[in-house]
Amino acid sequence: MSFHYQRRIWTNRLFTFFAAASATIGISLLLIILFRIFSEGISAFSFDTFTRTTPSPGGEGGLINAIVGSLMMSALAMIIAIPVGLLGGVYLAEYDRKSKLSSVVRFLNDILLSAPSICFGMFAYEIMVRPMHRFSGYAGAVALAFIAIPVILRTTEDMLILVPNQLREAAAALGAPIWHIVATISFQTVRHGIITGLLLAFARIAGETAPLLFTALNNQFWNIPMDGPTPNLPVTIYQLALSPYPNWHRLAWAGAMIITLVVLSLNIVTRLMTDRAIKKRA
Amino acid sequence: MSLSVDHRFGEGGLVPPLSFRKTGLSVDAYVKNASLFCAVLIVGLVAAMLVVLAYAAAPTFQTFGFSFFTTNVWNPVTDHYGAVSAIYGTVVTSFLALLMALPVGFGIAFFLVELAPPSFVRPLRIAIELLAGIPSIVFGFWGLFVLAPLFQSSIQPFLIDHLGGMPLVGGLFAGPAFGVGLLTASCILAIMVLPFLAAFLTDVFNTVSPLLKESAYAIGATRWEVMRSIVVPSTGASVMGGIMLALGRALGETMAVTFVIGNAHRLSASLLAPGTTISASIANEFNEATNALHTSSLLALGLTLFAITFVILACGKGLVLMLERGKGA
Repeated sequence: MSFHYQRRIWTNRLFTFFAAASATIGISLLLIILFRIFSEGISAFSFDTFTRTTPSPGGEGGLINAIVGSLMMSALAMIIAIPVGLLGGVYLAEYDRKSKLSSVVRFLNDILLSAPSICFGMFAYEIMVRPMHRFSGYAGAVALAFIAIPVILRTTEDMLILVPNQLREAAAALGAPIWHIVATISFQTVRHGIITGLLLAFARIAGETAPLLFTALNNQFWNIPMDGPTPNLPVTIYQLALSPYPNWHRLAWAGAMIITLVVLSLNIVTRLMTDRAIKKRA
Repeated sequence: MSLSVDHRFGEGGLVPPLSFRKTGLSVDAYVKNASLFCAVLIVGLVAAMLVVLAYAAAPTFQTFGFSFFTTNVWNPVTDHYGAVSAIYGTVVTSFLALLMALPVGFGIAFFLVELAPPSFVRPLRIAIELLAGIPSIVFGFWGLFVLAPLFQSSIQPFLIDHLGGMPLVGGLFAGPAFGVGLLTASCILAIMVLPFLAAFLTDVFNTVSPLLKESAYAIGATRWEVMRSIVVPSTGASVMGGIMLALGRALGETMAVTFVIGNAHRLSASLLAPGTTISASIANEFNEATNALHTSSLLALGLTLFAITFVILACGKGLVLMLERGKGA
């Protein structure tokens, strides 16, 4: 065997080893993080976590007010974001696929998808908190809605594009106007995909912290006024983690586990739904 | 293939059926306008963010002018602000994070595309996608309680002892081991962008036509040679685009960094020293800023961050689109 051939073989082995090693390292690193979150979270978890409110300094408590506050804000954010995202997606996929405007909207939407979430928080602060002179759950929900809209719009468009045009043409031939085609044909055909998109958007905003820091702020009471500082899980974790009290740290681990669990299970559910939808079509 | 439906009922001679003749058409106009409004709202949102942030940051730019970007001061007591330390920290941490995540991400993609047995690919793919969805506060939290102590007790002392004395790079690893600092933040960022990068590169590499690869294998190329000479060159623009998208994400990442950066407005050559990033400064100080100029300066930082990430994400997106267009033609 020539030297040249030997060298090629060994280069290949080297890089194969490197690729397998980095796959192992990367995946195990991420699994180690998850494992730590769950092991610490479970040991910190107790009945109190779901029955008591966030503790006063040094005291014991749970996270129930933060969990309920987070749910309320995320729900309101979704109520704002769903119509905007769905209709925007419908415009891009059904009414106007090719115009300049559509490609500009598509491009900006993709940028908003990965834009820094803290900028949405500052924007919501400027348009809601400053004029109203108070932190509020509404401002937090608006900031979260800005993050959810691009996700919903994108997945809706991606899904509607999958609908075969023959179906639309068949409906149009029977005389249905577009809104009717969209509502009864397009949405029906890909409803699993669209619901998947909504769940993904919810998973995305459920763990967002940065936009809530100076819009919803936080509070530690069993008092969830949407028009005042509203307790929420991510900011609570942030504050508990930076505190000097060990029992607060334990509570923060429990909170981190709850968020991870919620987001992971939402993602797994969407995954299963897409798989089922694909199988059905095949 | 473009099969577009001609939707202009009534205009082009198509007569809608009776039941829709009156109500259907007007509803259609409403729905169309409402959906157009929602699409335009995206453009409006971007514009509004720029305008509102610029307006709120105006006092800072009026006071300091361009020197806001060139002075290394951040002093709420004397009310003097400059963005250098925050911008420096943002750029250094993101750059280091990509430097660490890129080889690993590339390795994972190479593994998934060319090497892994088929039964491995799907579970690995799913695991990566699930991990990409974990919120950043969880990573930051883990960094504060697990990674930072580990860095302080073993990794940083090791770096200081073995690299701190070297010529050239010694300055990067000087000073005491704080645990928190630029290097720790970079590691967390690297872990966070890794799933995104790996998933993106895998997708891009999978678009390469199997014909091309099989031809290369047929003339005796090794797997690495196929990767290096066929897969990477034919997806070059997209790979660059993906790297820029990952960079855009790393630049704007807030919670993962805020926990472990150390929050010190200062420039130091050492990577072990505490520093700050744009997003970490905002997250830390915004609620505590009492004078108007401080708030305005933080908003100016936010505007800067939005502008930088906007440009980088736009370039990345443009590069990705370039390849897609090339494929379509």
